[in-house]
Amino acid sequence: MRERIKYLLLTISVGLLLWSLYKIGYVLPLEANVAAYQILYLHVPSFFAAFTGFFLGLFASVLYLTTGNFKYDSFAAGANEVALMFATAGLASGMIWARYAWGIWWTWDARLSSMLLCWLVYVGYLFLRRSVEEPTQRAQLSAVLSILGCVNVVFVYKSIEWYRTQHPSPVLSFRNGGDHMGPGLEAPIWWNWLALVCLGVVIAMVRMQQGEMSREIDALRRQAHSY
Amino acid sequence: MERTKGQVGDLPHYLRQVLTIAAKDLRAEIRTREALNASFAFMLVILVLFSFAFDPGNSDVNIQAIAGGLLWLAYSFAAALTLNRSFARELQNDCLDALLASPIPASALFFGKTLANFALLLAMEIVSLGVFAVLYNVRIQAQIWALLLVIVLGTWAMTVMGTMFSALTVNLRLRELMLPVMLYPFLVVPLSAAITLTSDLLNGIPLGGDNILWLKVLAGFDVIFSSLVVILIDTVLVG
Repeated sequence: MRERIKYLLLTISVGLLLWSLYKIGYVLPLEANVAAYQILYLHVPSFFAAFTGFFLGLFASVLYLTTGNFKYDSFAAGANEVALMFATAGLASGMIWARYAWGIWWTWDARLSSMLLCWLVYVGYLFLRRSVEEPTQRAQLSAVLSILGCVNVVFVYKSIEWYRTQHPSPVLSFRNGGDHMGPGLEAPIWWNWLALVCLGVVIAMVRMQQGEMSREIDALRRQAHSY
Repeated sequence: MERTKGQVGDLPHYLRQVLTIAAKDLRAEIRTREALNASFAFMLVILVLFSFAFDPGNSDVNIQAIAGGLLWLAYSFAAALTLNRSFARELQNDCLDALLASPIPASALFFGKTLANFALLLAMEIVSLGVFAVLYNVRIQAQIWALLLVIVLGTWAMTVMGTMFSALTVNLRLRELMLPVMLYPFLVVPLSAAITLTSDLLNGIPLGGDNILWLKVLAGFDVIFSSLVVILIDTVLVG
């Protein structure tokens, strides 16, 4: 059953990505006044998927702390890891666009530095997971860090709305409803988001299975040593 | 006495427990003066090093404008040094296990330690503020009370998060490295608020109007993360 879900999600994801690639490449109009805006269709969904992952990680961490079931810990680890990967993709695509449009790779703009900050929080999460050997302790400490980290991400995200920023205004904002593009232009962003979330869930599920297996191996090893 | 883990119900009793732990930590610190001396010396070194990053004698450099940033960076470096030891020094002779086995809730232990760290850091910061004002020729008297309010709020944010991460990293290999790596990304919001406010105050801009927002951010961070930490500290310390 789980295998089927995985393949189904993977098919949806690949199909959507190919379809939107075709739309972005051949159907959407080239706009001369907006430099290389097509990269937006990777950039924005990557961050949406990253935040979805951070929130899934938060959710799974809370579930782990309330139930004590290790499968939620593995899922939280997988979700946060994948989210970090999407955040990296988002940052990288943003930097490429910035080099093209602004002429610089990086600027200490509130929106950029805040995203780098969120990235660093979750790099710390991965460090923490690596440096704790004992599985229960690792699960508990990283669940705590995941909860604190997600709250921090929300806090950081709220606070940057008060800074002046040179970043193009966001598509999605809870404050002013966002700066929407035309519906035809905007649709691929949302479809790509769905595709990336599906892809992320598949990878997180694989990581979850890996976690389960490694726990099983550990248990067997301990059993073997006890004889 | 029955152990009341993580309960904040009986307030006077709970406060007494918190104060007992805080008094214990402060007494230990006053007798050895390890953390206080080391972090104050470290703070002085950082303040001297900053003078090489730019030329304070040059009239083109506006010290007042960057003073807030310098001050809070020095504070946060020294804080990481002090907070690292907060739980680590209980590892000798298994003191941490004894403290956890004692009939006080984990959150009382945590808040006791936070309070002690807060007092130490605040004392160190106020002394260094004077040194900073003298060395960099910055005027602090004009709005000293507002400045102290910002320092208190900012220091509470640093202490509560720092003590939390001190507890979280206490059993890790590479503890000294892990604490700052994980702590600083969490401190950026309160630090940037405190830096903006401090720079404003040192430039003679009073609290109110635009910068009251940053005071709210600072206070909001303190309230939100303090309450979050109360919920989570049991998991970190007791498991």
